[in-house]
Amino acid sequence: MGMDSDLFCEGLVRRFGSNAAVDHVSLDVPAGTFFSILGPSGCGKTTLLRLLAGFDKPDEGDIHIRGQRMNDVPPNRRPVNMVFQHLALFPTMTVGDNIGYGLKRRRMPLAERRKRIARVLEQVGLPDLEHRNPQELSGGQRQRVALARCLVLEPTLLLLDEPLGALDLKLREQMKVELKHLQKQFGTTFVYITHDQSEAMVMSDQVAVMRDGRFDQVAPPEELYREPATPFVAGFVGDNNRLSGELVSVRDDLAEIRLDDGVLVQGRVASDNLRTGHRAELYIRPESLLLSGDALSAGFSSMQANVRTTLFDGANSRVEAENCGQPVYARLPQDGSAPRLSADSSIRLAWNPALARVFGADSL
Amino acid sequence: MIRSVPRSRLFDSLYLAYLVAFFVYLALPLLVTAVFAFNDAPFPSLPWKGFTLDWYFADGSEGRTGLFHDDGLLTALWVSAKIAFWVTLVSVALGCVNAVLFERVQFRGKEFLYLLMLLPLVIPGVILGVSILVFYSGMANDISAAWGIELDLFRPGMTLVVMGQVTFIATLSTLVIAARLRKFDPQLEEAALNLGATPLVAWFTVTLPWLLPSIFGAAAMAFLMSFENFNTTVMLTGSDTPLTVALFNRLREGSTPVLNAVALLLMVGSALLALLVMGRSSR
Amino acid sequence: MRSSVSRLSLWLLLTPFLLWIVLLVLLPHLQMLRVSFQVRESWDTIAWGIEQYQNFFTESYYWRTFVRTGVMSLFTTFLTLIIAFPIAWYIARLARGRSKGILFLACLIPFWASELVRTYGWMILLRESGLFSSWLQALGWVDGPVEMLYNDVAVIIGLVYNGLLFMVVPLVTTLDGMDENLVEAGYDLGGGHGTVLREIVVPWAMPGIVSGCIVVFMLTLGSYLTPVLMGGKDSAWFTEQIFTQFITRFNWEQGAALGVLLLVLSSVIVWLGLKISGQSLRKVMG
Repeated sequence: MGMDSDLFCEGLVRRFGSNAAVDHVSLDVPAGTFFSILGPSGCGKTTLLRLLAGFDKPDEGDIHIRGQRMNDVPPNRRPVNMVFQHLALFPTMTVGDNIGYGLKRRRMPLAERRKRIARVLEQVGLPDLEHRNPQELSGGQRQRVALARCLVLEPTLLLLDEPLGALDLKLREQMKVELKHLQKQFGTTFVYITHDQSEAMVMSDQVAVMRDGRFDQVAPPEELYREPATPFVAGFVGDNNRLSGELVSVRDDLAEIRLDDGVLVQGRVASDNLRTGHRAELYIRPESLLLSGDALSAGFSSMQANVRTTLFDGANSRVEAENCGQPVYARLPQDGSAPRLSADSSIRLAWNPALARVFGADSL
Repeated sequence: MIRSVPRSRLFDSLYLAYLVAFFVYLALPLLVTAVFAFNDAPFPSLPWKGFTLDWYFADGSEGRTGLFHDDGLLTALWVSAKIAFWVTLVSVALGCVNAVLFERVQFRGKEFLYLLMLLPLVIPGVILGVSILVFYSGMANDISAAWGIELDLFRPGMTLVVMGQVTFIATLSTLVIAARLRKFDPQLEEAALNLGATPLVAWFTVTLPWLLPSIFGAAAMAFLMSFENFNTTVMLTGSDTPLTVALFNRLREGSTPVLNAVALLLMVGSALLALLVMGRSSR
Repeated sequence: MRSSVSRLSLWLLLTPFLLWIVLLVLLPHLQMLRVSFQVRESWDTIAWGIEQYQNFFTESYYWRTFVRTGVMSLFTTFLTLIIAFPIAWYIARLARGRSKGILFLACLIPFWASELVRTYGWMILLRESGLFSSWLQALGWVDGPVEMLYNDVAVIIGLVYNGLLFMVVPLVTTLDGMDENLVEAGYDLGGGHGTVLREIVVPWAMPGIVSGCIVVFMLTLGSYLTPVLMGGKDSAWFTEQIFTQFITRFNWEQGAALGVLLLVLSSVIVWLGLKISGQSLRKVMG
């Protein structure tokens, strides 16, 4: 761990003018990890990736790869390869020449090169395509060629810059799974950046949520979903409802807040800046909200809401309701047992306080 | 007016007739020029006296001298080829450097320099020739008068012709190559670096192959433009006249089918060159 | 370190460009301007003055030719545009697949021959002993040979022919990039042929139109072979006079002044064209 990890960065800063695109980022990626950096566009994740690849230099901080300091190593000498956002396959070369490009730079003899190219094409599931031009391939195939071009060099670290963005939805779903399998198969450490939280969640061992040049939280996907550390993570990763009110009391790890319609509800304390009498925000996932009728389990919180409409989407069907002007979404039961909800009818939504998280309104 | 908007039948047939007339207009002068290269008569006009290859191969023994025995024209052809070679070389090299300068480098005053680069396109060819004649030949005269040094390089002749033609052909080849470079994704160079290439290797293995079709295109265009140029050339030529000027002088003496023979040869040559380049770039 | 390397490479790239522009364009033109203000008093004394320009305005032959050349060049440009537009429209919007490429290539064919060859072709067709004359006689429409060469109509036929290619190519390029939905929307919203053409197609094609017009105008204004070989005794072209001053009379000062005037004329008209159409040189040429 630490300095011996495949990738270890400490206090990385990259400024453009007075604006820090990467602001004191530290990360530690052990060998064989699928590590994702998730954030909205403009959060600095591409800048971070370019620092790692060597196309840009940090103003402060150090980059270590397998214990070697990389700050002054030019991109062509780093044991790092990158799958570019638009793949950047060389249009003037065949698939085989694309894959062999890096090997040729290492002056590997032709025969050996051919063997490796054939093997890696086999591994990514594209046997016998060496002589085709990249332009003749489908989106998914090109994706795999770009991967093979990097993997054939057996890099310590593979960087991926939202490579699935250009694919259509169905192919993207398929490639997500495949990418994860390939990573396990090769055992290479992946650093994957994306703005699509589902990509990050499905594939990664660890996800770093990035905002304004900083990491908000670094955790495995499930922890990120269940235990978001900040309101931003709670809102950005997965669907979430936000209810705001005034903090009434904190008992053990349960906080009680009064919503704007006077109802008292409870959730788990998630930040340490909760102060009685101040504003607080409670996050509760749509699937944790129950359409309760009257039968309430002991200790559950509940509130009244007005139905606006129902949104049918198969297993993800939801009802959109409103509480004190704030929209609230609740998952509809999957067995179709939901009561008929007509617009403007009133419903009661209940939840287990252990599944809700309360943040102070001024926590970042 | 477009396919999806209905048109009347009359409009369609008028349009078609117009198209036909247009292409006849385009083809006719070239066609007759080519055909009369083979007419067995001393003057390129009707009536048709039968087919002959004399205007290419006759050796002068029967009063007819064919192109391949006409030393004047052959010399002129060779002069033109030499000029075109140098013009092509210099213009394409300049075009490459300029394209990189304007597409890949950021510097102050770039917009202004770009406009300067376009300038030769809006200067009539005669003026380009005249200005270079006045400047260089005038300089040679002054130096000769002041110090007695003869700068024959700057007297009307091949060097000045090459300089004059490069002036505007370099702009054209810059535009052709820059247009291609503009479509180049700089990420490809980064990808090459990332795969272990040095910047220089990346340039030669990734960027240059990408530019190659446009470089061939620019070279073919430069060669043809140089070969066919008259307006700039005529002002700068010395004793070794290039083909277009030689043809012009002949034409003023009166037309003979040998001129048709040369014209056809030029057309076939240009067509072959054009096809060669197009074949290459479409591959 | 980083900045000094990039400075060095900037200068390496800039040097050939500057050599070319300064030595082949700027200095020669400045020298031409300078020479045009020289007055040769005797064989080795030179004074400064505007005599050459005075000559231009007092000698009616000069400025008449000047105006004639300008007007005929504008007319030729306009005619070329009118002739080329339907062709470009057909190639860009109506032809499909292979025929599109073939028609486009066909438009390039005249470019395979030099201006001299093209003019020569027209001479064979139009002159007294030419093809048209023979055909008309064969048809019995005329009694004797007809001279169709050596007049202004012949010159314009030749000039339009020379310019067509340079008009068709930019027009096809811009029209090709037009979204057909624009035209459909124009009709859908109640426009007729005329309105759609005027308010949708022409504005869209403006960069191509201006670019084509500038090139054709420059070529026509600066052409020499076509007017000399096809024009009559009294249809002189301004370039001929420059040529005469330089080559026949060795009067460089007068020739330079005429050259400067031609350059001024072309610059002013190109500039006016850009201003009126609201385009910039960079947009239409680069």
